Amino acid sequence: MKRFFRLILRDLTLAARQGSAVTLSLSFFVIVVVLFPLGVGPELSVLARIGPGVLWVAALLSCLLTLDRMFQADFEDGSLDLLMIGPLPTEMIVLAKVIAHWLTSILPLIVIAPILALSLSIPGDGVLALTTALLVGTPTLSLIGAVGAALTMGMRRGGVLLSLLVLPLYIPVLIFGVAAVDAAIALLPMTPHLLLLGGVSLGALVVGPVAAAAALRLSLS
Amino acid sequence: MAIDLHKYANPKRFLAITAAIYPWSVWLTVLLLVSGLYLSLFVAPPDYQQGDTVRIMFVHVPAAWMALMIYTMMAVSSAVGLIWKHPVADLTAKAAAPIGACFTFLALVTGSLWGQPMWGTFWVWDARLTSMLILFFLYLGYMAVWESFDDPAKAAKAAAILALVGVVNVPIIRFSVDWWNTLHQPASVATMSGPKIHSSILIPLLVMGLAYTAFFVMVLIIRVKAEILQRRLRVLQVSELRER
Repeated sequence: MKRFFRLILRDLTLAARQGSAVTLSLSFFVIVVVLFPLGVGPELSVLARIGPGVLWVAALLSCLLTLDRMFQADFEDGSLDLLMIGPLPTEMIVLAKVIAHWLTSILPLIVIAPILALSLSIPGDGVLALTTALLVGTPTLSLIGAVGAALTMGMRRGGVLLSLLVLPLYIPVLIFGVAAVDAAIALLPMTPHLLLLGGVSLGALVVGPVAAAAALRLSLS
Repeated sequence: MAIDLHKYANPKRFLAITAAIYPWSVWLTVLLLVSGLYLSLFVAPPDYQQGDTVRIMFVHVPAAWMALMIYTMMAVSSAVGLIWKHPVADLTAKAAAPIGACFTFLALVTGSLWGQPMWGTFWVWDARLTSMLILFFLYLGYMAVWESFDDPAKAAKAAAILALVGVVNVPIIRFSVDWWNTLHQPASVATMSGPKIHSSILIPLLVMGLAYTAFFVMVLIIRVKAEILQRRLRVLQVSELRER
């Protein structure tokens, strides 16, 4: 267990010292959201209508942006080989990487999402729902993404393939996430949507690490 | 069960058995397709609302069945290939994927051709259409994985992992798309559900379904055989290069 936390800490330290990764995905997220008012026009009613969807899609895309680096850097400098030889099970390595990825490249988005939501004139209930839904749903993005990242690791054009593999599997999260926000805006109960999101996340927690570990073993064999 | 699987995993025996099945599958395809098309295009009565447009359904619905069935079959043979490491199972999954993608595409195209006169537009963001479109992307991703590895053994394993993750997700995607659809638009579209299907329509539909299945078996046999031969050819070429 100590090794597990040490690995998370190592990835966090690496991310903190490099610095650029966090700010890059954050600025990507903000720019994508900013593009939408420019694209569809500044009417607040339209923006409030499409706001939840825009924020969720932007979160999906910026998650995808950092996903291919999840194992790639460690694979290239050989530390992944050492980790796999070490006593920590591969599934736990994947889980540690997933947690580190979520903390470094998705949590900042969730922190800034309420501000962007307000700028898209999503009402207060919706902002709260959006933050909760993002917190409950986004772990799935990292978990399923880990499978894709492990499969495409070491490929020449892995990034493009990764998006084709992973995005269709993200659809349930997108749908339930947006549904939760829409329900909150319409003053309907949002708990069922959040429960479904949580269910999807828990399912991904079971399937993701096992599949990603199998893919990692395959890529390194 | 396991013993049987091992017996059929031998490529040579597999080729012998499929060679025996192949002519039957060809004749069955021709027979069923001709009688199915005759039944559906001439015998089945036109719908009292949709007129002759309803006949598109006889091409469309079995294609959608096949799209789902082939994905399931791919996942099962991927699992067999992953667990017992049978190369023939991997090759079967690989060979089935493009056929499944074609059936999905056929279902989408015929669906939108039917939608134009019925709904007034070629594409509606209906739950079934959307989930079929997503299934099409899953097929494309699976085929892309096979092509992006140089080593076929690695590609087989990677594709198998993807197919298994995908098959877990297919029901979730289906359910979520249904959910999304009922939230975003009222059920004005799904006019398919009317009275229970009458036997004059059900029988041609089933015949067409069987014809598609026979066709799938026929094409699958050709493709798996080609894959096995291609792999043998590769081995021969490699050994010839070594001898030089």
